Amino acid sequence: MAYFSETMPRPEPNMDDGKFWDSCAERCLRIQYCADCDQARHPPTPLCPKCQSAKVEWREVPDSGYIYTYTVVHYAAHPAVSQQLPYVVAAVTFDGCKGVRLVTNITDCDPESIQIGMRVKLWWDDIGNGLYLPRFRLRA
Amino acid sequence: MSTSMSSRRQCCVVGIGQSVYTKRGGIQDRSQFQVTAQAIKDAVSDSGLATADVDGLSSYSNDANEANLMQVALGIPELRLASMVWGGGGGGSCGAIALACSAIESGRADVVVAYRGLCQGQGKRFGRHGPGRVNGNFVDPFGLMAPPQMLAMVVQRFMHLYPVTEEHLAEVALNARANANRNPYAVMHGRPMTREEYINSRWIAEPLRLFDCCLETDGAAAVVITTRERARDLRTAPIDILSAAQGSGPGWGSGALSGHNMPDPDYASTNGKAVAKEVFGKAGLTADEIDVAQIYDHFSGMVLMALEDFGFCGKGESGTFVASGALRWPNGHLPINTSGGQLSEAYVHGMNLVVEGVRQMRGTSTSQIEKAKTCLVTGGLGVAPTSALILGRN
Repeated sequence: MAYFSETMPRPEPNMDDGKFWDSCAERCLRIQYCADCDQARHPPTPLCPKCQSAKVEWREVPDSGYIYTYTVVHYAAHPAVSQQLPYVVAAVTFDGCKGVRLVTNITDCDPESIQIGMRVKLWWDDIGNGLYLPRFRLRA
Repeated sequence: MSTSMSSRRQCCVVGIGQSVYTKRGGIQDRSQFQVTAQAIKDAVSDSGLATADVDGLSSYSNDANEANLMQVALGIPELRLASMVWGGGGGGSCGAIALACSAIESGRADVVVAYRGLCQGQGKRFGRHGPGRVNGNFVDPFGLMAPPQMLAMVVQRFMHLYPVTEEHLAEVALNARANANRNPYAVMHGRPMTREEYINSRWIAEPLRLFDCCLETDGAAAVVITTRERARDLRTAPIDILSAAQGSGPGWGSGALSGHNMPDPDYASTNGKAVAKEVFGKAGLTADEIDVAQIYDHFSGMVLMALEDFGFCGKGESGTFVASGALRWPNGHLPINTSGGQLSEAYVHGMNLVVEGVRQMRGTSTSQIEKAKTCLVTGGLGVAPTSALILGRN
């Protein structure tokens, strides 16, 4: 069963970010890099903000990272989150992938125990129809 | 020189108007469009001009009260400017005025009304999930769906990096409520708040409680802008717009209201440092020369960051600054949000803050700062682009 209920908004891949979601369907977390200057960037964007090149590579990032910041959400901005309240949303960063933050959830935890800097490990949440979302748990 | 082109076309505010402000859903007997049109009409009447004199309309945040229909409703014979600034919600409030000033200074228009109509009881509710969010694919499926959650993440890191506590957030909220209780038009007038009530209010998205978040309201507000020369014949004393600017640092377009990928050194900030530099520079003023300020208070913690980014105190010093009573009417070092702001007057995407700034310069605020000659107003903070302006009276 998916982390949030089945009416939760799903990614609707578009021409700029489709490759990210294709990778997620393979349960592989790949981030967009500039093929010319090696700059990592997220969310995906058609040109490199550093050198304006349109050449991209998709590189797998480590399956662990740390919490850059977070919030514990206590109200339902959408009916699909009601059963998970309170839940943790975090911006997670990865070693060797400077400047990239991924908005995700820290699951299977006491929300009040979360702190900035904690190490977290990736797991793949099956949201159906062949798509998986990257969510994280505290690293043991 | 007083006779130069730039001086003659120096922009000033000559009229202000606002609707009744109510809690969300409080205005049911007329449309948001009508509420907005009447606020514009009132602003024009206040100036002594006629709606037929208006030749420009400026707004922001995809305001649904379209200029083309507004022209029809107001009977404007010739519209020469119908424009809206892009980006982050209330971040456009002072930006819409900066746009109006650009048009007036260049001669493209002579009398521009900047306005915002926002009845959340009739349209979308900003604290809830809605369609069309920038990079929504990267936030919605993770339950990061609305500004209180999104900016809570920024405030959380700010409080991690600097000595800022819930007591300091509380001070921003309590100041707004105290001011609202002197303003009979504020939604929270007659609803004083104690520190205990603040602390006991429910969590929305930690570290933000209910009373750290702006109100959900119905209302509209408008200001009329023209040249100082045109203003000479009008019945109200013109209030100079000493400077107005809109802008954004790098990366903020996929920043706090999107994927949280703004630059690290800038993360726990308002995205307002460049705009601050520009409005102070253009006005030839420093932060020390600002007598009163209306700082966009969608969320208490963002106000603290603004005090730092606009130079009223050093980085990380806003907690100590507000704990000293600096924000309080009438004798604080920098009284702010004297109408009650968006935490306690109404949430009109910052246009109500501009209106209050004008009242301060006219001497008609219900929390008037004696002898105030300069007022800083900011647009929405932590968004892209953001904006600000400085008002002055002679």
